[in-house]
Amino acid sequence: MTGLTRQNLGTIVAKQGILIAFALFMIGFAMVNQRFIALDNISGVIRSSAILGVMAIGVTFVVIGGNLDLSVGSMMSFSTIVVLDLHDKIGPGLAIPAMFALTLLLGAFIGFLVGYLKLNSLIVTLGMLSAIHGLTLTWSGGKNMDIADKSGTWFSFFGQDRIMGIPVPILIFAFLAAVLAMVLSRTAFGRKVYAVGGNGQAATFSGIPRARIVFMTYLVSAFCVAVAGLLQASRSLGSQNTVGQGMELEVLAAVILGGASLMGGSGTVFKTVIGVLILGFIQNGLLLAGLDFYVQYMVTWAIIILAVWLDIAAKRGHLWSPIA
Amino acid sequence: MTSPSPVLRLEGIVKTFPGVRALDGVSFDVRPGEVHALMGENGAGKSTLMKVLGGVLAPNDGQIYVGDAPVVMTSPQEAKAKGVVFIHQELSLAGELSVAENIFLGELPLKSFGRVDWQKLYADTDRILKTLNVSFTARTRVGSLSIANQQMVEIGRALTVDPRAVIFDEPTASLTDAEKVVLFDVIADLQASGVGVIYISHRMEEIFKITDRISVLRDGQYRGTLVTAETDEDKVTQLMIGRSLDLSRNASQHQMGDTALEVRGLSCGILFEDVSFAVRKGEVLGFYGLVGAGRTEIAETIFGLREPSAGQILLNGLEVQITSPIDAIRHGISLVPEDRKDQGLVLGMSCRDNMTLPQIGRLTKGPFISDRAEIAIFDKYRDKLDIRTPGWRQTVGNLSGGNQQKIVIGKWLSMHPEVLIVDEPTRGIDVGSKSEIHNLIRDLAAQGFAVIVISSEMPEVLHVSDRIVAMFGGRVMREFTSEEVTEDNLIQAISGIAANA
Repeated sequence: MTGLTRQNLGTIVAKQGILIAFALFMIGFAMVNQRFIALDNISGVIRSSAILGVMAIGVTFVVIGGNLDLSVGSMMSFSTIVVLDLHDKIGPGLAIPAMFALTLLLGAFIGFLVGYLKLNSLIVTLGMLSAIHGLTLTWSGGKNMDIADKSGTWFSFFGQDRIMGIPVPILIFAFLAAVLAMVLSRTAFGRKVYAVGGNGQAATFSGIPRARIVFMTYLVSAFCVAVAGLLQASRSLGSQNTVGQGMELEVLAAVILGGASLMGGSGTVFKTVIGVLILGFIQNGLLLAGLDFYVQYMVTWAIIILAVWLDIAAKRGHLWSPIA
Repeated sequence: MTSPSPVLRLEGIVKTFPGVRALDGVSFDVRPGEVHALMGENGAGKSTLMKVLGGVLAPNDGQIYVGDAPVVMTSPQEAKAKGVVFIHQELSLAGELSVAENIFLGELPLKSFGRVDWQKLYADTDRILKTLNVSFTARTRVGSLSIANQQMVEIGRALTVDPRAVIFDEPTASLTDAEKVVLFDVIADLQASGVGVIYISHRMEEIFKITDRISVLRDGQYRGTLVTAETDEDKVTQLMIGRSLDLSRNASQHQMGDTALEVRGLSCGILFEDVSFAVRKGEVLGFYGLVGAGRTEIAETIFGLREPSAGQILLNGLEVQITSPIDAIRHGISLVPEDRKDQGLVLGMSCRDNMTLPQIGRLTKGPFISDRAEIAIFDKYRDKLDIRTPGWRQTVGNLSGGNQQKIVIGKWLSMHPEVLIVDEPTRGIDVGSKSEIHNLIRDLAAQGFAVIVISSEMPEVLHVSDRIVAMFGGRVMREFTSEEVTEDNLIQAISGIAANA
């Protein structure tokens, strides 16, 4: 009987490990610094995680489908620059849809290369990382992009306003997470993404159009990037060309921290959101603990590696093994 | 009392996992120069036993002896050092390295400053290869070898030490008949040099051909050891599953319907040429031939996975164009593929999700999948096919081979196909589930499905088929009715001997 209980406990820890780690982490920091669990601090962390979170949700689709997307950081820079530039040229009402269309076009291009031409996603998106950066610089001429009249535009709504006291970025993040969580877990498309990532050949043998599904995951990712770009542009109303630089790795870290397998076929939107929040709260907690900002980079990564290791160990049933 | 002392002896081996007694007091011994078969259904404990023997798992109780010395195996390396070596079912070779590097992987002979002594490496390897009587050399790149030759490399690896016991785990799973003969020669050589061989296999023919004794496990328990020469398949099967397996001829008694699928002059490059056949509703058409005869490729072409270079496919008398599995499925053709784990199932998904995969787009209510519709399908085919699983949430990868295969079959039956193609229906499946799958195929025909069965096992083809197409080298050699066919004329046909019979 005790054996069974222990086994159940092990299963629970293995399955909900990330949530348990999150809870322990929050309790630990809260004990060190009361400020950490103050409502405005929590709201602040979620708000500043929203952009990363929106991108991570999109990349979750790509990763579950068995591929990588390292282009999201520079694609977000592109979206931000484009929407800011077009804002003054054609007005926000047209700039936003135009920016979405252009970003989706980039996503479609990547999806075509990875899905239909079956090129390695790591190579394609790593290449697109710098290619899109070049595209952004070409668009902006290398200059920072600023909206001329920063106080007279409704465009700031997405990044700066509140509805019933809740920051709009949090609402958009939550709404997008809820919708895409449903898409992934409850629709036929979502199921096919899992199948294609879990075993592409078996998916093909089951009559699932693998190329099209992979293509679609990159469209979802690009759509999320466009939303992130919108939030970013609306928050600052001006931007450098490198605003999203390096975010691709943070995004990937959040997705992995959430427990999605890089081999594809597993992960959920909810877990990715948890991964995003963990990253956000770690950084915030370290800041409140008075750690130097630069030390945070190292600590953050150490925690990610630890989380991934524990996750794998829980699946294998032991911490280390000579065979995989 | 006259038999020589064993090279390897297991005594009362117990291995428990939380909630499971995987091995429950297993004892048997292997004598020098003996081929000792280890048999049992999937899940009987063979793999666990081998892991204990190989130092991968520590037993909770019991003792292993090599020769007369009690030993404790703590790692595969240690097992090998003690002369107990494994030839694994799944080859673990580095394809980009040479044969010599693979054979001595991890123990390359060195000169000063850690430089590899290539001369010694190649000389040592050539010596080993000579005893194996193979056609490749120490410098051949392993990736360029056939599966059979790669297995020889794996065996070569075992011979770098002076082995006392060699364990073969399903060694013939992917070998052709000719390749098997070579393997059996190697085993005979090992035997002659006084090595004890443990031979794990589901294939009765082989067991009776090459082994001296047979030990049987069931549900983790040792059920006894039989002397091969004094027993028969039936007795072994009874020991394994507690009853016997029916492989009698089985032509359909029911009325057959119209032709469901007809293939005329179908060709696909050099894979197969000018293949014509027809299968009627209610009929089981068997395809028999050697590996590489083109049978699987025909199935894949009909299922839209390959593009034919010539020929027609007719369904219910009308020609159809099939360019993808999506087309095939729409036309009512289903394929239970040869490789269950790579082609048939998404192992990480649940039983239910796998079963409903081909029709998931149809099971929606509004934008969302209808849980109820999905579970209804799963429940229906779980009951119909008697799939043993704790529930629909169970990950398919955790089921036994037989139950996994039933999930794949259920997945396609739930599509209500006109034609069901089953490629190697019982590969890697234990004896008990085998007869269930056979009965299932017969039942499907009786219900009016047109069924095509591709198999490399002659008893299976003879058992389930109403008619048999014999193939050789990409061509149909002959078609047999179940009255005409005998083991002899079937073997002749698939060896290309009776080309004009």
